[in-house]
Amino acid sequence: MSTATKPKYKVIGTRPIRHDGADKATGRAKYGADIKLTGMLYAAMLRSPHAHAIIKSIDTSKAEKLPGVRAVVTGADLPEQGDRIVELGEGAVNMRHLSSNVLARGKVNYKGHAIAAVAADNIHIAEEACKLIEVQYEVLAPVMDVVEAMQPTSPVINSDVKDDSGKPTNVAKTYLFEKGDLAKGFAEADLVIEKEFRTATVHQGYIEPHNATVFWNADGKVTVWMSTQGTFTARQQTAELHRIPISDVKVVPMEIGGGFGGKISVYLPPVAAALSKKTGKPVKLVMDRAAVFEATGPTPGSSMKVKIGVKKDGTLVAGDAWVAFEAGGYPGSPVGMGCMCVFACYDIPNARVQGFDVCVNRPRTNAYRAPGSTQVAFAVETIVDELCEKLGIDPIEFRLKNGAQEGVRRVDGPVFPRIGMKETVQAIKDSPHWKTPLTGKHRGRGVATGFWFNCGLKSAASATVNPDGTVSLLEGSTDIGGSRASISMQLAETLGIRAEDVKPSVVDTDSVGYTDVTGGSRVTFATGIAAIEAAKDIIGQLKERAAIIWECEAAQVKYEDGSVIGPKGKKLTFKELADKLHHTGGAVIGRGTSSEATQGGAFGTHAVDVEVDMDTGKVSILRYTIAQDAGTAIHPSYVEGQFTGGVVQGIGWALNEEYWYDASGSMKNATYLDYRIPTCYDVPTVETIIVEVPDPQHPYGVRGVGEVPIVPPPAAIANAIYNATGVRMADLPMSPPRLMKAILSK
Amino acid sequence: MRDFEYEAPTSLGAALAVLAKGNARALAGGTDLIDQVRLGRHSPDVIVDVKKLPELNGIQHDTSGLRLGAAVPLYKVYGHCGICSDYSALADSARIIGGIQIQSRASIGGNICNAGPAADSTPSVIALGGVCVIAGPNGTREVPAEAFCVGPGKSVLQAGEILVEIKFPARVAHSGSHYRRFIPRNEMDIAVVGVGASVVLADCRQKFVSARLALGAVGPTPILAQAAGDSLAGQPVNEVTIAKAGELARSVAKPIDDMRGTAEYRLHLVGVLTQRVLNAAVARARGEKIDNVPGH
Repeated sequence: MSTATKPKYKVIGTRPIRHDGADKATGRAKYGADIKLTGMLYAAMLRSPHAHAIIKSIDTSKAEKLPGVRAVVTGADLPEQGDRIVELGEGAVNMRHLSSNVLARGKVNYKGHAIAAVAADNIHIAEEACKLIEVQYEVLAPVMDVVEAMQPTSPVINSDVKDDSGKPTNVAKTYLFEKGDLAKGFAEADLVIEKEFRTATVHQGYIEPHNATVFWNADGKVTVWMSTQGTFTARQQTAELHRIPISDVKVVPMEIGGGFGGKISVYLPPVAAALSKKTGKPVKLVMDRAAVFEATGPTPGSSMKVKIGVKKDGTLVAGDAWVAFEAGGYPGSPVGMGCMCVFACYDIPNARVQGFDVCVNRPRTNAYRAPGSTQVAFAVETIVDELCEKLGIDPIEFRLKNGAQEGVRRVDGPVFPRIGMKETVQAIKDSPHWKTPLTGKHRGRGVATGFWFNCGLKSAASATVNPDGTVSLLEGSTDIGGSRASISMQLAETLGIRAEDVKPSVVDTDSVGYTDVTGGSRVTFATGIAAIEAAKDIIGQLKERAAIIWECEAAQVKYEDGSVIGPKGKKLTFKELADKLHHTGGAVIGRGTSSEATQGGAFGTHAVDVEVDMDTGKVSILRYTIAQDAGTAIHPSYVEGQFTGGVVQGIGWALNEEYWYDASGSMKNATYLDYRIPTCYDVPTVETIIVEVPDPQHPYGVRGVGEVPIVPPPAAIANAIYNATGVRMADLPMSPPRLMKAILSK
Repeated sequence: MRDFEYEAPTSLGAALAVLAKGNARALAGGTDLIDQVRLGRHSPDVIVDVKKLPELNGIQHDTSGLRLGAAVPLYKVYGHCGICSDYSALADSARIIGGIQIQSRASIGGNICNAGPAADSTPSVIALGGVCVIAGPNGTREVPAEAFCVGPGKSVLQAGEILVEIKFPARVAHSGSHYRRFIPRNEMDIAVVGVGASVVLADCRQKFVSARLALGAVGPTPILAQAAGDSLAGQPVNEVTIAKAGELARSVAKPIDDMRGTAEYRLHLVGVLTQRVLNAAVARARGEKIDNVPGH
């Protein structure tokens, strides 16, 4: 379903079979763990059994003596980093923290923290050798809770994280955004609701574990085979952690089995590199599931206080938010982005947002699909629902009245360009779902809206015209959600050829220009622009070639609808001209980059029907509809796939997912048995509505679609649960024990 | 993972001889054991595959009752018409343990020997009056199913012993059984609470003659809720008597707080599930068809 009359595209908006489809469907695609090299060694890691402890000593001598063991490394095998702060593509990073996270230095900050690694002739020897490494710990009290960690009496996790007065603290960073006059705004309000919220630590739950195979050659050149969201940031992180030039490292991307933000930071390549350097052999290191949960970057749990004031007629007048995120063992939670998102769906004249990045003894958190936005949307969108209920205003009409639109300034400063927030609300209002009354006992309907910025950043692409009229496209964006197809389609549209005539390859860091991560919903937008630029470059060169053939000036040649057109009605199709390139100067290679373009932001509105078992507190999702602004949907199937995937992850976050710790700070559910992501039995077929309000920053109007679908689900489901039961939930997950308790204490 | 030897004897005698060597573990489906060895919870020197032992792989159902070999895979349990009609709780359990791959390997005997507090088949075996037949170096002995597990991961099996089969009494007229668990998802999950029940009704089908109830995941072992079952004997079938049985079942549950639920929640669920399971068992005793509702 589309809400805008679109220009007549030939390729864009169609649904060709993806270029990597056969490999993926037949199991031939090579993922990170599939790599096998001659003479390769297998590595295993020793991880901390304690959540918080000082490492007094590490003795690796017994492990080194085990037959079949080739090398052992610890934090001492990585170079000192000092106080360096390095820009790594998705924000500045304290290199000492990054290095200590990869291999602990003197202290462990969470259970599962990497301490040492062993390379051996096989994985079993490597694992047995890890058990022979003797570590002496001084165990410290774990700090697990974000609010407790903020107290001045709390043990401090990182002695180098200090407040303005130079005193060590767990509060690594604070944020403050203000707009208008908060006191005046609340004074104008007829109704004010203030509530506190908690959300649990949740993991992205990608299927493929982290992996890296590294060969450190005798000439000092390092090759890394891995699955990653960003080969260039992996290259830089690996080089910086070993303090070698970035050009000494080549990262070869393998297929990736999910990332969602969790495969940007490196964990294994620097360690495998250190082992390869010591042994002179390629070394393969793959995490098991427990390590993925305990030692990679989940998204933070949070504590939030949100207060919103409205007038009787439903006009929003003021909002105040206090947001604290658990950064994990080292600073760097996405709380700043959460602060920018908290009121972004609304035109709210007076507002204040305070944010706190707080260290706790949990794994260092990382990006997860619209990082920070889902937590804050849960708070704001459930308060909005309660305001609407108390004022007797329809929640759809409230959003149409107060929703963000072009010209509205966000609390953190930027003014929205053309956006489609209200269009998504209208699309839900017009949907078959919303128009069908919900009947039955203990059933309820909820609605919520979400925002995500989307980013631009840098991409590069090159494309070579083949003599048979096809084009080989080289790009650096690892393909997670069908981006080979969506980028190829933009190249094909620009050249006027078929999508099937483009052969995309995701290549290593020596074979394409600098390209930022597959993240921030940026690839179809920015790498798309690079491909469009490459296509325009090809068109310019093709005009010159045609001019040679026709013995005219290049300026006399036009390119229209996949053909060059010259003077006196002369015409060659792309394919005909491609066949003549060898006689007119050789290969035609187009180049394109994108670096300046930014995105206008994406919005989605969701509606959900639930049924609650009032005796057990179990929630069943009966029906789910998502309406989201995709700008222009390049490949609608993959847009719908992103919508559905985000919703399903949001349902898991809403209902069951959480890191469950015992009193010692040990995660007790680091398996997919007890960390409950939804199965196909737990979610209905998600109904998708693609709203198209083209983004003027992109030649074809693309908006990224990957992240914002995860933002509204917990809030929408909480609102539906209220509608079904009369219980307002303020903590995630809304698991059966929690909801049952709330129902019984109502 | 440490190296181990693998043996696949074809007679019970040969199997007992291998087990007698010490530090050995029997492998039926291996769906628990392989993970436990991989994670280092067990480091056996020998793994003895019991899938090739005829004594452990038969289903014998006749007027004297049911003898279920300890290594019979679950798909054969719920695929057996006699078990589905006369021992429905057992079929209910077999259907919800894992997916099709697991059901093709895993067995009821293995589930009991693994001695997990949340095992999905043990409450059914207890409710149906199952008796475990154990062979060992000193001959054969029998242990009622409710006495088989002694703690998490621990059973009455001594070194060198093996569970051969489980015997069940013949089904009597107007009887029915059911097993149900609560899980937060709808499949592929582990019981937060599981309840198995078998009931015998009087000819009028309005009164209980007897009942047996067993609870899973609310104590260190599956629990026979003797008093709860006994309370129904001679009582009319109604909401009051069934609710009272639920209360009595709660009184023997000793749940803990863990990642699968709070103790308070589990106690609440024991009452809810006991009532739901008894109602379904009664319906089956009356000849009604009760479909499996996963996750509830």
